[in-house]
Amino acid sequence: MARSTDAAGANGRSRMLRWLGYPHVRALLALVLVFCLGLYFNADGAFFRWATHRDMLRHSSVYGILACGMTLVIITAGIDLSVGSVLGFIAVAFSILSIHHGWSPWLAIPACLAIGALLGAVSGALIAAFGIQPFIATLAMMVFARGLAKFVSHGMKVSNYVQTPEGYVALDMPAIHGLIDQRILNGNLAVVTLIFLACLLISHVVLARLRWGRYLYAIGGNEEAARLSGVPVARMKLLAYGLAGFFSAVAGICQAAQEYQGDPEAGATYELKAIAIVVIGGTSLMGGRGGILLTLIGTLTIGYMEKILSINAAGEASRLMLTGAIIVAAVLLQRIRRR
Amino acid sequence: MQGIGKSFGGVRALHDVHLELLPGEVHILAGENGAGKSTLIKILAGVHRDYDGRIELDGRPVRFASPQDAAARGIAVIHQELSLIPSMSVADNIFLGRETVWTGALPWVMRRRQRRRAQQILDQLGLNVDAESTVERLPISLQQMIEIAKALAAEVRILVMDEPTSALTEPEVERLFALIAELKRRGVAIVYISHKMEEIHRIADRLTVLRDGRFVGTAPAAELPPPRLVQWMVGREIGEQFPRHTPHPGPVLLRVEELTLDDPHGLPLPVVDRVGFELRAGEIVGLGGLQGSGASDLLWGLFGARGRPRAGRIELHGRPYTPRSPGHAIRRGLALLTNDRKTTGLVLGMSITHNITLASLPRLSPGGWLRERRERAAAARLRERFDIRAADLDLEVQSLSGGNQQKVALAKWLEAGPRVLLLDEPTRGVDVGAKQEIYRLMDAWSAEGYAILLITSEMPELLALSDRILVLHRGRVTACFQRGEATQERVLRAAMGGTGEDAA
Repeated sequence: MARSTDAAGANGRSRMLRWLGYPHVRALLALVLVFCLGLYFNADGAFFRWATHRDMLRHSSVYGILACGMTLVIITAGIDLSVGSVLGFIAVAFSILSIHHGWSPWLAIPACLAIGALLGAVSGALIAAFGIQPFIATLAMMVFARGLAKFVSHGMKVSNYVQTPEGYVALDMPAIHGLIDQRILNGNLAVVTLIFLACLLISHVVLARLRWGRYLYAIGGNEEAARLSGVPVARMKLLAYGLAGFFSAVAGICQAAQEYQGDPEAGATYELKAIAIVVIGGTSLMGGRGGILLTLIGTLTIGYMEKILSINAAGEASRLMLTGAIIVAAVLLQRIRRR
Repeated sequence: MQGIGKSFGGVRALHDVHLELLPGEVHILAGENGAGKSTLIKILAGVHRDYDGRIELDGRPVRFASPQDAAARGIAVIHQELSLIPSMSVADNIFLGRETVWTGALPWVMRRRQRRRAQQILDQLGLNVDAESTVERLPISLQQMIEIAKALAAEVRILVMDEPTSALTEPEVERLFALIAELKRRGVAIVYISHKMEEIHRIADRLTVLRDGRFVGTAPAAELPPPRLVQWMVGREIGEQFPRHTPHPGPVLLRVEELTLDDPHGLPLPVVDRVGFELRAGEIVGLGGLQGSGASDLLWGLFGARGRPRAGRIELHGRPYTPRSPGHAIRRGLALLTNDRKTTGLVLGMSITHNITLASLPRLSPGGWLRERRERAAAARLRERFDIRAADLDLEVQSLSGGNQQKVALAKWLEAGPRVLLLDEPTRGVDVGAKQEIYRLMDAWSAEGYAILLITSEMPELLALSDRILVLHRGRVTACFQRGEATQERVLRAAMGGTGEDAA
């Protein structure tokens, strides 16, 4: 009798351990824990209102979009430190093109996306063709793109107020900014959140449905074995960093639209947040493991955590300290598998 | 060690195993991959702490709290993967973790004294190495000797060596064996793990055999000749050791003329120098040679893994072929099985299925879209054909035993649909049973019209499987033997630079 309950207990434990073996389960566990915190510290019911969740999603979207590209790069065992700066440059470039030059969004958006992808591809080329370490190559791009942003904006925010000899003049704000910044479905969903979902979908298709994705995992798992199996390693790295640049450009356009201006300082330290999201999701910095679903969970985990702290009126200082603690906790949780 | 048992999450890895070590003996631990050898060693070295049974050292029961604890009591393990720190000096490596310090409170390393002591140990071992030199500049074989020196500095009493010769050339092996003799004289008990029969019977005093985690027996070497040892290991009689049908050579598939390849590290001498040969369908041509002969470089060069060759003409299926990239070579019907599945052969963290299909994705995923069902079907078919023993094809390759990993690597290349197989050490680190299967597969492929270029450092394998043998020495062909003409001595002589002719 006692024996059989013992066996059932051991069985139950091993089943739980097996479940914990799945990265998605571990990532979800962290998210659920954070969510439960929200249920408890609900700030007089603020957590139970949809508007809170909507704003969390809206606020997290730009980071999430960056994290999509970061996931692709990290799966190849690389890293992209330039995403925040590329975001800043594109925010400026998009504002100049659409506000100052009055380009139609049909022209300005594709142009900005192409520039972003190009900047990413330059990092990728430095890494693939010259064998520069991803950390160094993208660090250089991070500094360069920030400089570029300040160069084209003369170090000032690009808005619809421009200085002319007659003083400040207000230009017309193009409709595209408002369009991206608005909420739809009776104000229940932000457009940027939809854009984030689209980015998730694109990167999921690349990673899980296309041959390219398999190649990215293979490169991250064992680059030399991948090369000797006929994987076009250099082209795939160009693709990964190019897509990271592309997503940075998407995030840059969203940021500019939300702020109704292009701030050359926009996106500073966002790359760290994107990395944190990817890591909290459980994608391995060693490469070869992970996925975009994990990044979605990571985005929500960080997003909820910050939202819960802010609705409970926690100051920025405690918010930052807690974020650091949560990253450590999440990474420790990832280790259960190896026990 | 008595009645040792160990399970991993409900799976029993070891069951009532005994191991008795005497001072000054070489004790071979034999068994197929997955028999439980490494688990046993890990228990001995204090890596696993939760096991059944007991360990006695000098007649007193012990239970090691950690690898450090085991090391402190004189137990050292030299793994296949060396544990030296490449960027540090030999002396620093030898004393790593046990630095000679001034006082305990202020760990000031007495480098000069340490260096003198290290040099002393190196000299005693007859190693011509400066204790100050950086480890990464030394050849692998010397690095291995330094591992042994490190163990000696720690006053080792039990030294475990896990396949120490797998990366060594013939003369280096000799040096290692001389060193082992010296250790025996000093009364060190040596546990030696190897899959190479010749080696086992040269140095063994006693053998302990494990099979499927169970203890089969311990016996003096004299009582366990190779056929009986194999029988103990696999639990059944092994048939003909090298199955090989009479070959029916078909048309020439690969013709190489005056091929010259540059040194990949940029040294001025070419690694392959004006090499020429023909390879026919249905033929197995063996490449003999010692380390540095250029045989592996030849295969890499043909496969396009080193870019374009410096000079030479190659014809593949009667059409001119210039190596460009591995992808290009695969499209032209070449396949390269490298000699190290862990670093260059497999993506260990990927599933069995995805490894098998990795080189065939252009065909299996038309339009760039993955077709999971097609991949599964291909993997299932190859599992059948290669008898890959895995519970689930979605498991990561690293969870498989060495022999099964090697079969996955071979399966990957067969799925890519090649005509010419370049096989570099296809049976390295593979147990007896899996070796047999790989021999059988190679024989079957040649009967089906594949052409095989084979490198193996195991001489009996080379002699038995090859229809012709080309011997390389420093990138040049020094001899070419037909089947039957080659003997161990003649191949070795040519490999060392002779002509392969018997001295008159």
